[in-house]
Amino acid sequence: MGNKQTIFTDEQLDAYQDCTFFTRKEILRLHSRYHELAPHLVPMDYTNDPDCKLPLALIVNMPELNENPFRNRIVESFSEDGMGNLSFNEFVDMFSVLSEMAPRELKAIYAFKIYDFNVDNYLCKEDLVKTLNRLTKEELTPEEVVLVCEKAIEEADLDGDNKLSYADFENMITRAPDFLSTFHIRI
Amino acid sequence: MAYSVNISQTDSDSESDFEDMGGSKPGQGTFRFIRESAASTQRCPESLQMDDFRGCTGANREDLPFTASGHMRDETLDTGQRKSLQRHHWSAATLKVLSSMPSRTAGINAVIPKYARDSSQQPQTSSHDSSHHSKPIQEETSAEEKQLVSNLRGLSVSEAMRKLRATPLSLADKMRVRRLAFRDVDESSFISRNIPCYRRLGVYISRTWSHCLFICLSVLTSLQLWHSPMKILSGRFGTGVLSYFLFLRTLLLFNLFLFTINGLFLVFPQAVNPPPHDPHSNNFTGLELLTGTGYLSQSVMFYGFYTNTTLTTCRAANSNATNTADLPICDPHQPHMVPYSIPAAYLFTIAIAFFIICIILVMSKSFGRSFQVLKSNRDLAGNIFCIWDFKVSKNTSVRLQSEKISTQLKELMSELTSGEDAKSYTLRLCRLMVHVLAWVTCLISIVLSAMAVHYLSEACITQSPFKDTELVLPAVVSAINLLLPGLFNLCTWVENYDSPSVCVYVSIFRNLMLKVSIIGVLCFRWLGRIAVEPVNHGLQCWENCVGQELYRLLLMDFVFTVLYTFLGEFLWRLFFKQVLKRNRKPVFDIARNVLELIYGQTLTWLGVLFAPLLPAVQILKLFALFYMKKSSVLLNCQASRQPWRASQMTTLFVFLLFFPSYLGAAVSVIYTIWTIKPSTECGPFRNLTTMFHSGKLWVQQLESSNTLLFWLSKAYDFLVENPLFLFLVNGFFLIVIYVHSQVVDGQRRIVSQLQKQIENEGKDKKFLITNLQALYERSSLVSPNR
Repeated sequence: MGNKQTIFTDEQLDAYQDCTFFTRKEILRLHSRYHELAPHLVPMDYTNDPDCKLPLALIVNMPELNENPFRNRIVESFSEDGMGNLSFNEFVDMFSVLSEMAPRELKAIYAFKIYDFNVDNYLCKEDLVKTLNRLTKEELTPEEVVLVCEKAIEEADLDGDNKLSYADFENMITRAPDFLSTFHIRI
Repeated sequence: MAYSVNISQTDSDSESDFEDMGGSKPGQGTFRFIRESAASTQRCPESLQMDDFRGCTGANREDLPFTASGHMRDETLDTGQRKSLQRHHWSAATLKVLSSMPSRTAGINAVIPKYARDSSQQPQTSSHDSSHHSKPIQEETSAEEKQLVSNLRGLSVSEAMRKLRATPLSLADKMRVRRLAFRDVDESSFISRNIPCYRRLGVYISRTWSHCLFICLSVLTSLQLWHSPMKILSGRFGTGVLSYFLFLRTLLLFNLFLFTINGLFLVFPQAVNPPPHDPHSNNFTGLELLTGTGYLSQSVMFYGFYTNTTLTTCRAANSNATNTADLPICDPHQPHMVPYSIPAAYLFTIAIAFFIICIILVMSKSFGRSFQVLKSNRDLAGNIFCIWDFKVSKNTSVRLQSEKISTQLKELMSELTSGEDAKSYTLRLCRLMVHVLAWVTCLISIVLSAMAVHYLSEACITQSPFKDTELVLPAVVSAINLLLPGLFNLCTWVENYDSPSVCVYVSIFRNLMLKVSIIGVLCFRWLGRIAVEPVNHGLQCWENCVGQELYRLLLMDFVFTVLYTFLGEFLWRLFFKQVLKRNRKPVFDIARNVLELIYGQTLTWLGVLFAPLLPAVQILKLFALFYMKKSSVLLNCQASRQPWRASQMTTLFVFLLFFPSYLGAAVSVIYTIWTIKPSTECGPFRNLTTMFHSGKLWVQQLESSNTLLFWLSKAYDFLVENPLFLFLVNGFFLIVIYVHSQVVDGQRRIVSQLQKQIENEGKDKKFLITNLQALYERSSLVSPNR
């Protein structure tokens, strides 16, 4: 590359390029975005892998996530501790999965995690009710919401346990063509 | 005594279902999976905690709720029992048994994050206590990681990277796996260790090729033209409007490609050796940029500039041609440039460019992969999870999106619950009449406009000066293209279709009919009238004339698009705001604008043969269009309230770009090259019977001039001129296509049967569990009495 940057070593940038869907330039841009969220917390020099995590409240203030009704769940799904504190690796991972080039299977896995509010590895009725309420922002009456969720589970649940497992969810996603274009955030 | 559940019956039933599957590999693979899971559920009874069932010894055979055949028969349970055992009322013991089934716990460890895996295995502990469970979990994951590492080592580097990227591990884990997998791989040692020497060359070539491809792709994606405007647009309007701008960018790339190829192989060689200049034309007035005549007609822009010469850097020893008199004599012992024949270059450049565009269009992802997309979007659950557009970031747009989703869900629910509305007979008849009337109006208007263009063009032809009314025809065509789609939109609004997607499809179809008929009439004018009898119309160079007409059409189209943007969007918004005092902005009509783009691209493709620099004009036009439309959309329009199925529509638009647009242009270009006689006084194909003839002549020239390329001409004779070879190649491809379509058919049938199988397994499971629970409850009711 033409300009010498001191944020990452070349090996680190190679590793990022191989493990995510971003190029070197995009990784550096992501780092500057991460840095400007908390300039005094995030070091400019990542060559020795500093252990720096930004809290949930800072990350969901990003303009790309600010108005998204699932912003908390998105950040929590990519954090290792489940509370939404993201290190730079997890930050890059999040936007890599949400980028244009991530394959459908990978996106489906993380979408399942995001919509699973009580983190029990199933999409039960309460998860669906919460999802629907966030989607429609109280435009539907509670009875309508419950009706929609029951019908949705009835439709998609193939093995009859009144909840959607990951297999049911994946089956549903393959029949929905818009998933790849809607589950995408541009950074 | 514990009852053991005998489900071998189910297993044999599933086997008989698959007897006629044949030997296709995916079917066998998935069948094996089903068989394994069925067998594992057979092993299940031993691991189930059946201590709740231990008390029942003396139950009579007649009291057993299930029948011996093992098939589900609900009537064996009486209705009271059935109602009480609906799946919502399964007891806690049943639920515990269900949650420890192998299908729940196998194979999906990747989905469960570390902290939740602990909570699912011990449902009582909270996620905060996961830290002291981390050690056993880490040992598990490192076993999986070892498996992944060994998988990755067996693949080539790019494949391994692709697989690694798609693995659902955290980034730190992926980096660790990458380090482990590629730690000992050194380029040369990799080759020498694992690959037999006769394949080394092939491996080396394929790796360099994939490396180059990867570099090219990363360069292309890093170009990222218009990245931030697109982000603003998608944040405000969502995927629908964004798809128009993405389409525009794709067309820009196509034109850039065409322009580069034409420029390199055609324009540049001829521009460097210009033909003798005609002295009397050349005051350059500004109007000529619009009409393409005068100064421009003598320039490199149009067909007439190109000569039928052969460019060489030296001349043959015995030639006394005047145009090469000042070149040195060729020295046979020194290398010299192969004579560059402009006619052959013209023909082959255009042909190869069209061929490459065909390949790009057909192989594009949105053309092939999502053909299944055109099914209707009725399922509710898919709607809930796939409907939120994550790109939208502006708060007003987010609110609008929520309203849109609520409306769509309410409509879907009303459709699903109420079913078909029983409309009265008169109402249906009324609607039918309205539909028929609207269609008749649209068809009549299309026919009338086609006739108007035809008569106007005939009038222009018979008028011999041919000069004064140059801009009238393009203006009329563009005006028709501007006004009639508005009429069609009005008709669909009057017709009031039930579903918004049918509405969109109908208006696209009508618009398409209009544009196809207008371009058809114009092609007839050019190829059927002007080209055939050019002398009658006083034309010395008919190709120039046709090229100029296409140039004018393209520019007029742009002018009228500017007018439409200004009038249709800007003034409309002002009118609503100031006069009617309402804050309703117009909606950006995606379908109409995309069809305009396709129309412009068709004109470019038609005109490339007659005006090689036309792609440059189109590039400039698309650039200007992007910025103009972007500002207009951001300023004047609001997001639509109707849902827009972006991937369906994009597939449709790419298909429309291929099928009427590209194919039509390709057919007319091939027709021109193959059958029409070029003009005798201008252009690179003068004095030939057809343009295709120049290719043959060039091949003959090659044979005589340069023995190194003798084999090329021989190959040309053998391959291209030989009908048997072409027939065999076509036959082979047809067979391959047929075999592939049969395989796809078979796979589709397997998939639907597997889905039915899964549903049946679910029903079987429900049946068994309700029967077992009935048995348990009956025995627990019975036993206190004993």
